[in-house]
Amino acid sequence: MQPFSFHRPTSLDETFSLLEQHGDEARMIAGGTALVVMMKQSLFTAEHLISLDRVPGLSGIRGEADGLHIGALTRHRELEMSPVVRSAAPFLAEVYSHVATVRIRNQATVGGGLAHADPNQDPPAAFITLEARVKLVSRNGERLVPVAELFSDYYETVIQPGELLTEVIVPPVAPGTRTAYLKFLPRTEDDYATVAVGATAQMQGGVVQKLKVALIAAAPTALSATVVEDQLVGKSVTPAAIRQAAEAVEAIVDPLDDFRGSSSYKRDMAVVFTRRALERVLQDGA
Amino acid sequence: MNADVSQPVRLRVNGEQREAQAPSTRTLVDLLRYDLGLTGTKEACGVGVCGACTIMLDGRMVASCIVLAVQADGAEIKTIEGIGDAEHLDPVQESFIRNGGFQCGICTPGQIVAARALLDEIPSPTEDQIKEWMMGNLCRCTGYYQIIDSIKDAAGQAKA
Repeated sequence: MQPFSFHRPTSLDETFSLLEQHGDEARMIAGGTALVVMMKQSLFTAEHLISLDRVPGLSGIRGEADGLHIGALTRHRELEMSPVVRSAAPFLAEVYSHVATVRIRNQATVGGGLAHADPNQDPPAAFITLEARVKLVSRNGERLVPVAELFSDYYETVIQPGELLTEVIVPPVAPGTRTAYLKFLPRTEDDYATVAVGATAQMQGGVVQKLKVALIAAAPTALSATVVEDQLVGKSVTPAAIRQAAEAVEAIVDPLDDFRGSSSYKRDMAVVFTRRALERVLQDGA
Repeated sequence: MNADVSQPVRLRVNGEQREAQAPSTRTLVDLLRYDLGLTGTKEACGVGVCGACTIMLDGRMVASCIVLAVQADGAEIKTIEGIGDAEHLDPVQESFIRNGGFQCGICTPGQIVAARALLDEIPSPTEDQIKEWMMGNLCRCTGYYQIIDSIKDAAGQAKA
């Protein structure tokens, strides 16, 4: 591991000062489950590592009128087991339960995972389909960015230098919303997905009122599959319509060849798993 | 490049206050083993997948190979050395012996710490809960059935 200076600020103000002082040479660390592995493998180096774990106010989950506010330093396991989350957005708890193992979920943080922007990670499937936003705070103020627009490339986000992801806001889930998360795991339960698909939908009288679909491990970033949604919203559901809409993901996925499958295999599986997820949320008894 | 300057890391380990000087690059498992001499905790995969380095950090079961020692400064740690002793084994340890829950033994400290953490959180786990919790504690000898039996036995349940 390359040596670095380790900082443990105890306020947001001190954090911003460290970021200003060290600029490009500084990176932030939360749980460290991804970062420490990358540092051990020399895939990541930083002259200055700024730990956020002693900055007050970044952890915890609050239910408010505009939805759930999940602090960036909240650990995966805490979110997964939270009675507030399980009652207001059980789908979110379900998707988090698919991340790696209990041991990892005990250490990894919600904000750290999102900022890490690994396209194989499960949580964006829930956050995108629940239309969550992240709060990005800097010395100059704050802005809200939909999770669907947070990721810009492999391990890259739209978070700017001097900005800090402080919380995720998940709007109230409409009663009757149907959800599905299908994670294709041909190897082991704690693996990354070969592909995974999340979907949320509201139906009325056999007509799709609202539909959100997201794909994981299928492209350089988590994908918001609006091409699928556009084909089905406002329409009556038929098996043919579902099949045709699922095929639209072929045009937006861009999977990598790896030991979880070839690119062309994953492309085919993206269509299959999108179709199955749509069947789950759009068809009765599916 | 920064010099890898050592800094103090203060921990409460198995109820005892300990301190070591550690470079920022030191992992927690290395600090426990090399600086504090607590070699019960093993490092195998080194990337948080195999569970051999499982310890309790502020009451949470974590992989100590992917935690920096400096991240743990001020924390409360429990390792395998804090579970039972030669005269008074923990019921989980007794149960692993009784049920053949280990063979070569390299994964065993991690298995025992994980199993103890499970029973502390869920005293009577279902088989599915045991499997979900223990997933990520790899064993290449037992085939896992004896480990699951050991945990059920320790929880005072009948074998499947």
